[in-house]
Order: sequence, then C-alpha cells, then structure tokens
Amino acid sequence: MHLFNELTNYQAPSKEGYYGEFGGAYIPEMLYGNVETLKTQYLQIMEDPAFKAEVAALLKDYVGRPTPLFYAERLSKEIGTNIYLKREDLCHTGAHKINNTIGQIILAQRLGKKKIIAETGAGQHGVATATVCALKGMECVVYMGEKDIERQAPNVARMKMLGATVVPATSGSKTLKDATNEAIRAWINEPDDTHYIIGSVVGPHPYPDMVARFQSVISEEVRKQLKEKTGSELPTHVIACVGGGSNAAGAFYHFLNEPTVELVAVEAAGHGVNSGMSAATTQLGTTGILHGSKSIVMQTKDGQVVEPHSISAGLDYPGIGPLHAFLYESKRGTFMSATDQEALDWAFHISEIEGIIPALETAHAFSVLPKINFKPTDVVVICLSGRGDKDLATYMQVMDLKK
Amino acid sequence: MSRLSELFKQQSRRVLNVYCTAGYPNLNSTLEVMESLQKNGANIIELGMPYSDPLADGEVIQSSGNIALANGMTIEKLFEQLADMRKTIHIPVVLMGYMNPILQYGFEQFCKKAKEVGVDGLILPDLPLYEFEHLYGKAIQDNELDFIFLVTPETPEERLRKLDSLSTGFLYAVSSSATTGKDKDFSKVAIYLQKLQSMQLKNPVLVGFGIKDKETFDAVAAYSNGAIIGSAYIQALSKGGNIETITSQFLNGVLN
Repeated sequence: MHLFNELTNYQAPSKEGYYGEFGGAYIPEMLYGNVETLKTQYLQIMEDPAFKAEVAALLKDYVGRPTPLFYAERLSKEIGTNIYLKREDLCHTGAHKINNTIGQIILAQRLGKKKIIAETGAGQHGVATATVCALKGMECVVYMGEKDIERQAPNVARMKMLGATVVPATSGSKTLKDATNEAIRAWINEPDDTHYIIGSVVGPHPYPDMVARFQSVISEEVRKQLKEKTGSELPTHVIACVGGGSNAAGAFYHFLNEPTVELVAVEAAGHGVNSGMSAATTQLGTTGILHGSKSIVMQTKDGQVVEPHSISAGLDYPGIGPLHAFLYESKRGTFMSATDQEALDWAFHISEIEGIIPALETAHAFSVLPKINFKPTDVVVICLSGRGDKDLATYMQVMDLKK
Repeated sequence: MSRLSELFKQQSRRVLNVYCTAGYPNLNSTLEVMESLQKNGANIIELGMPYSDPLADGEVIQSSGNIALANGMTIEKLFEQLADMRKTIHIPVVLMGYMNPILQYGFEQFCKKAKEVGVDGLILPDLPLYEFEHLYGKAIQDNELDFIFLVTPETPEERLRKLDSLSTGFLYAVSSSATTGKDKDFSKVAIYLQKLQSMQLKNPVLVGFGIKDKETFDAVAAYSNGAIIGSAYIQALSKGGNIETITSQFLNGVLN
C-alpha cells in the first residue's frame, strides 16, 4: 500500500512523517498532545537562528566539534583505496549520540519542559542524555533493560554519577526494546512537563526526522573536510553501522540526494543472518509497526516482535528507522551485514593498524571493507561512531581466550 | 442497527464493558470467560488480542498478554475460538489490540474475519486518525464494524468532535492521560466528564482507565453512559480459581 508520497527528496519525509510507506505516528491518543506539539514546532525551533547558534556553540566548545576527518593510511593501503574516518569517537562522552541530545535538550527548554526521560541499550545514549541534563540542570530518568543494566555496569555508574535516575525495564525481554516501551509508557503517564529524548532515528514522527537533522552535522562537516582534503565534497562511498540508525542517518544525510555517493549501511548479523541469533533487520524483518512508526520489524508470522541478537548492545534492536527502511526498499542504500566474530576481528585489527580502539558497533562498519570492490581512486568515508572503552570487558574476554 | 447501537438504545446509563485478554488465563478459556461475563451482568465484552509490545497498557494487562502469548494465543487461533461464539454470546463484542499483529494477519482479511465470526467493533489504540482516514478506515467500514476512538482530557475540542464523528458504537473516554491500571483523581475526572456531556456528542461515552470497583464505577457512571473495567478484572482472574466464581464475585462487587 503506497498511498503516501513517492519520495524524491530523501531528506524530507511527508508532512505526516512518511518516507514512502514507512514512518507515520502510530501512537495512542494519550500521546497525541506531546507529539503534536513537537510536530508543529520542531522545524520552526530548529530553524530559529538563536537556537542554531546555541546548538553550534555547545557542539564546538562542549562536544568538541568539528570532529576530525582522518585519512587512514595503513588501512587504505591494505584495502587498496582511500579511506577516511569520521572521528565521532572523539566527541564528549565517546560517541555521536551527544549530537542529538544537545539539540533535543535545548529544544526541550524551548518547549518549557522540566524533566527528561530517555531509553538506552548499551548506555551510550543514556550517558549522553544524563550529560546534557546535568549541563542544563534538568531532571533525568533513563529507562534501561534489566538485562542491560547487569551487562553494562560502567555506563550505569556514569549515568548515576551524572545525577540521572536509572529505572530498570522489567517487562518483556528486559532489553532495549522494552526500555523503549517503558520510556513511552512513562511519557504517557506524565506528559505535561516531560520531554522524551529518543536516541535514534526511530519512534513516531517527528522523531526520525528530528534526530536525523541533529545528527546531520556529521555529513555537513564531512563535505567541508573532504573538499579541503580531496578537492571534492563528495566521496564515492559512505559506510556506517545501523541498529536504529542514528549515526548512519547523520553520516548519510547530506549525501542522500547525491546519487553518485553509495550509501552502505551495515547491520549486525550476530551469529549469522540465518542463525536465529541475529539483528539484521532488513534481511529478516517484514513491514510492521514498532515504537510508533511503520518500518521493517523483526517479528514472528503472528506479528509478535522478536528479540534480536548482536554482540553489540547498540545494534541489538529488532527494528530500523523508517528512513533506512525506505533507503533499503528503494535501493538507494546498500545494506550489508557483519557477524559478531567479524566485528571482533576488525575491532582488534583497527586498533592494531590505526591506533584507534573502536566501539563494537563501529567495528561492524569496518567489517564490510573486504567485501566491496573498491577502485584505487575511490574515496570512502567510514563513520567511526564511537570509541571502544565501553566494550573493554568484551575485548578482554577475547584476549583471554587467545592466550 | 449494530449490536452496540441497539444496546445503547435500550440502556443509556450504567453500561458496563469488561475487558478480558484472549487466551488468558488459559489458551482455551476465552469463551468461558466471555460467557461468565455475559451471565454476570457485563453489557459489552472487550476482548484483548495479546501483543509483545502493548504501549498503552500497564503491568497487569501486559502480564496477562504475555501469559496468553506463552499459552499460544494468536489472531488465527482466536478466530477459531470465536467461530461459534454467537451460539452463546448475545451481547456486543469488541476486539481491542495493536496494529502490528493485525498487519501481519492482513488488515482487510482481519476485518472480514472479525465480521464473519460476529465481532461488533474494534478498538485499536495505535491506529491514529490520519492513518484511519487515509489507509485503514475503509476496510473497517466496508465490513460494517464499529470503530471506537479514544479521547483524553487533553484532546482539543475540534479534534474531539472529529474523533466523535468518525467513531461509531461508542466513544472511549480515557479518564486521564495514563496507561491502564493506574489510580485516578476522580474529582478531576468528573469535571472532564461533565464537559463531555455538555458537548452533546454523537456517540455514547464509556469511561475507561482506573475504573476498578463499585465506587469508581459509580463515580464515572454519574456523568457518562457507563464504564470500561480492565486491569481490576484481570487481577481478579490472576489469583486463580474457578472462572465463573471469580467473575460472579467481581461483577457483583461492581454492580450491586
């Protein structure tokens, strides 16, 4: 059923938030007021010069932007092409997530909100939210799956140190999917002065578009930096890992309408796409509705959402943002996947040859390099979305096994 | 005239709609629960189709849904169970559920099948107005099913009138913006319901969320056409025991 717009400008969903058939706002009436307020005001607020200046100043002096675009010489030589790394791992708090939380906290202030709620999987978005709440003196409650709280103890401690309350999500499978459900329910139960900062390009319209816009600073900078380094603003390829898809949306954004740029999204295959232990949503999912938008969802034939698997908690999500679902369906994006093992191997390899320990999520993006036929003249940008400090426990286990 | 319209024509006050979860407490207890509800004074049965991610539901109903799913409940299974329900169930039956499982079943097929087994209406809390008008409403109307929209104290008047105009059967007034099963301040609810009464809506109004016993039922029934009870009944069932005995005791407590 393609009753909605045929998209020619990939940056702009329809007024009701549709990218082709994907998107929309499938929410209970209890959330209508909050979502409608956001929907009618987000563009106006985001385009206000004073708002833009406030965000830009914080991104520069607090987050540390622009992040470098680094020519990875040894990796380029090995693959036989030109590879640039967009260093989002150097952002304050260690990942791209803070680009979005900075924007949303100022937006929340403009909307007169007093309290912030958020969901988190691995804890990166939770930490980025707790950070900006501390910065702005706002109350912060982060919903996190009970299982994730157990396995991501350092990030739980960071959030608490930053003054946030971490609430365990004990429903369903007790992971990111359920933390998101709990955050949405909490928003239903105390809607008036509360803003929900969603961490990815998922959720009801306008969240996917709003988060993509806040993350688009990544590709905005890449264009300028490439121009300086290569003489052209356009690479031949942009590669990013995709769970919900926020770093990919940001890295792709200013290239979406540039047909010569190949956009490569790398999903987590877990133990293998067909192993039954995977999070490769476009490969395994079907059209469905999850967390307020229509997209591609991993589910049973009876429409019950299934629990995915990935070694990286940040990609361990049974859906994908509606923009990405549309990029997949329209073939504008190239969707590939990497297994847990490939990601681990590449995390070590990149550490050894470039001196950068990437997050496990990011390591998935590197894993597809040998699978693509690059020309020596190609210019490839990889979004290095986060640093690997949070994954040290996993990396240490691997090193112990190697002994 | 639909069964729901017929009901409200005959009884305009103190209409009691009771929610139960299909496949709960046991996979094959669905009809037994429905028959007990009918026998003990419920006027409408709202039959919930369990879903893994029910955003509008509080813990009690979520938990019943998880048990129903573990019991093996599916939409397909439910329609099998309901195939002969009209031999014993004479009161209106409304299906409540979330969009995702219905999309997987096939939305049009779902509406057709619902009509075929004798379902009267649908409550789909995550099917919004825009999508109802542009994508899904036609299949519902083509199959002559009533569709019941939710409204809240925060719903603006213009939108409320539109939701009323598109609803048939009744309008579901959520007592306050919250998930199911939370306690409410009923003095505020009364003010809201009086406002709804003064609007002279097209549909009868049933009030849900937070209605759990005689006191709360009476509190909202005074200013509306009746109420919907969900979590409190599920909680009663969750303690185990004979379904007929539990239902009889529960509804006696609410109605008498």
